[in-house]
Amino acid sequence: MGAKKNQPEQNQAPVVQRVRLRYAKRGPLRFTSHRDFARAFERAVRRAGVPVAYSQGFTPHPKISYASAAPTGVASEAEYLELGLQAEVEPEQVRAALDEALSPGLDVLEAVAVGPGGGPSLADRIDASIWRIDLDEVDPGQVEAAVSAFLGTGEVLVERMTKQGRRRFDVRAAVVALTTRQVDDGVPGATSTPRCAILDLVVRQVTPSVRPDDVLAGLRVVADLEPSVPPRVIRLAQGRLTAQGEIVDPLRADDVPIPDGSLVGGPSN
Amino acid sequence: MTVSSVFDQLERLLPRVSKPIQYVGGELGSVRKDWDATAVRWALMYPDAYEVGLPNQGVQILYEVLNEQPDVLAERTYAVWPDLENLMREHGVPQFTVDSHRPVRAFDLFGISFSTELGYTNMLTALDLAGIPMNASDRTDADPIVVAGGHAAFNPEPIADFIDAAVLGDGEEAVGEITAIVRAWKQEGEPGGRDELLLRLARTEAVYVPRFYDVDYLSDGRIQRVVPNRADVPFRIHKRTTMDLDQWPYPRKPLVPLAETVHERYAVEIFRGCTRGCRFCQAGMITRPVRERSITTVGQMVREGLEFSGFSEVGLLSLSSADHSEIGDICSGLAQQYEGTNVSLSLPSTRVDAFNVTLAQELSRNGRRTGLTFAPEGGSERIRKVINKMVTEEDLIRTVTTAYENGWRHVKLYFMCGLPTETDEDVLQIARLAHEVIRAGRAATGTRDIRCTVSIGGFVPKPHTPFQWAPMASPETIDRRLRQLKGAINADRSVGRAVGFRYHDGQPSLIEALLARGDRRVGAVIRRAWETGQRFDGWSEHFSYQRWVDAAAAVLPEHGVDLDWFTTRERDEHEVLPWDHLDSGLDKTWLWQDWQDALQEYEQDDCRWTPCFDCGVCPSMDTEIQIGPTGRKLLPLTVK
Repeated sequence: MGAKKNQPEQNQAPVVQRVRLRYAKRGPLRFTSHRDFARAFERAVRRAGVPVAYSQGFTPHPKISYASAAPTGVASEAEYLELGLQAEVEPEQVRAALDEALSPGLDVLEAVAVGPGGGPSLADRIDASIWRIDLDEVDPGQVEAAVSAFLGTGEVLVERMTKQGRRRFDVRAAVVALTTRQVDDGVPGATSTPRCAILDLVVRQVTPSVRPDDVLAGLRVVADLEPSVPPRVIRLAQGRLTAQGEIVDPLRADDVPIPDGSLVGGPSN
Repeated sequence: MTVSSVFDQLERLLPRVSKPIQYVGGELGSVRKDWDATAVRWALMYPDAYEVGLPNQGVQILYEVLNEQPDVLAERTYAVWPDLENLMREHGVPQFTVDSHRPVRAFDLFGISFSTELGYTNMLTALDLAGIPMNASDRTDADPIVVAGGHAAFNPEPIADFIDAAVLGDGEEAVGEITAIVRAWKQEGEPGGRDELLLRLARTEAVYVPRFYDVDYLSDGRIQRVVPNRADVPFRIHKRTTMDLDQWPYPRKPLVPLAETVHERYAVEIFRGCTRGCRFCQAGMITRPVRERSITTVGQMVREGLEFSGFSEVGLLSLSSADHSEIGDICSGLAQQYEGTNVSLSLPSTRVDAFNVTLAQELSRNGRRTGLTFAPEGGSERIRKVINKMVTEEDLIRTVTTAYENGWRHVKLYFMCGLPTETDEDVLQIARLAHEVIRAGRAATGTRDIRCTVSIGGFVPKPHTPFQWAPMASPETIDRRLRQLKGAINADRSVGRAVGFRYHDGQPSLIEALLARGDRRVGAVIRRAWETGQRFDGWSEHFSYQRWVDAAAAVLPEHGVDLDWFTTRERDEHEVLPWDHLDSGLDKTWLWQDWQDALQEYEQDDCRWTPCFDCGVCPSMDTEIQIGPTGRKLLPLTVK
């Protein structure tokens, strides 16, 4: 009586395949928090009938692990997760089914099966992000000056509330690159708001994490740059930063066999 | 005229508010339609925060029923939190729908579902943000018809100033009829304007239009009479009853939010109505008769609802779910179908009955056995007779012991405080009962690792119940009894330490009581409270008792009445009650007799199993009890 009866009886099926996915948070759904996304994704897995494996115990959880998620309100083209499956499925089939099961704006873009042995985990394949920040209703000249001032400073301290309470930390060291331009060169001839600037930002993953809004806070600290409307931020890529300053796609990295323990320094592909 | 989205304006505000996801829509199951392709357009509101409002069954059902009609558009709107409200005012962004972010004022109808009276101030915020004049009498043809529904609409008098119409009872068919009237009136070129449309609605005898009725008062403040102020509207307005729930298997496509909400589950109503006859229970009184959904429809809804939504939890809802005539087969059938699937099934077990433990056991095959809830409601045998909750102490001990024996470690017990005729002793009995529960549980299981939580709320007398005449206990009385109870529970530490105690203080209940049994004079109190900042009355961090007391003191004395007059005053048999012209089907003579029976501690049986006791509902509403058994079973699901 008692303790034994309290235990769930069946064992959960084991993981036989792992699939890694890249997904996007777009448009209005960029306001989805990571917790919200995780809940929606679990439901999508069930709706799509993806044979996900579950953890053991009273409240079995689907085997889903996430790489560092973009902050709430920040759009992203490069979010990653890994799924543990209890049956083998073609990755493209998983991708299409999940994309269909999620609301438009939460889009599953790519899926790859994890190779034999698996290689480094997702987390070990990501140490930097590329962000793009659109600043509306600002003086592009002032933005340029702020960027120069920021890059010319050895340490830029900002404050933010973290789980550990209010913390003061340096944002400068984590910034690998920060440039500014005025026109979106991706859309030729686009006439956006006349007073607008775009920041291209590459940030290394550190603790506490340095997020785009921390860098913006840094620009405020060094040059009083204070946009009057909220900036629009998008994560364009995540991955491992090479010595050449390029980002290696964590999914592509699987195409190249990675010898164990050779991570430091990074593969070149 | 096409109505455009306000999303661009809203989007700039969202990074500055908490939980912005609640304002962007995009839920699975949500519907977007071309404005110009529709003839009749409804904005539906649940007047609380999105996290509470989204799961609301009533709104989801009406949303789906309306949107199934090709030329009808229904969109949803919820109460915005004060952070966004302030920004919307600052930047001139109107109250919007979450589906397509259209301004609420552009719709033909603005339907608000009131499960409780605590949404009234949020309605005023929404009207004000929408740019709709707060007083119905100031509205023009450019404003939507504001319609109240839900259980609180059975006495809409306190909000009569602010609404154009109220609908009593089930909404599935009512919204269709209202839509048809609006459609025809628009096609005819809107003859007679707003007044004519309201008149057409009023003539159905199912839509209450307060402006067509006048209330006269006696010199002592009581109501003399409520009468039509024009010849062509009915004297009484009748509630709507949807018969044959198998014909209305909604929600079929439940809304699945991205934001976290209070219920993350697929809920299926297994029957509507209840004839247990608990005298405090407004829901049980106004939703008669009992209409069951058949086991096969329940099974089909669960299967399709889970496939559509991806939810992993199913709730089998009703006012007393264990009373479904085939509940055993429903539970074992579903448990079998979903065994080993990580889908969990739940039954809000509220009645004290060992059978409920068996059902819960069946349903928890897949999951945890953390808590089980029973509602004896009253602490003493005497008070349980008064409220007609026929549970003996032996029943309770046996039921709870069975639960402990079957692996549950924690049992929750619900009670009420401030019931009519209640004494301190009735409440103190709760402590003794809780101690007994722990002792019996320890003896039966041989372990000390069991707990029970006593959860206790203040009783609020509601319209259309036998207690509608009863005096409400004062907050001081309730708070004193709760303090005594807490002391009594902790007096014996050896068992008291295994008893948790959760309670609400008496003040919010008193305001709920004012809003529940108020008349049109209470409208000014609501307005005043709102103007002084009152919002989100159901949230303790936003509720201010003082604001309500001040508002009542500012506007009621000119009528010779006050807060106590509406709440702690006992009414006599012949007093005209503010809702007497609104027909729930219950015969007022029967209600009075049941009130007298309560005072005599006479119990009343359930008409499902004993002969009709003439509450009046079935003959006056032309309805009947619809229950099984059908004798059918749920078949195993075929594996995909």
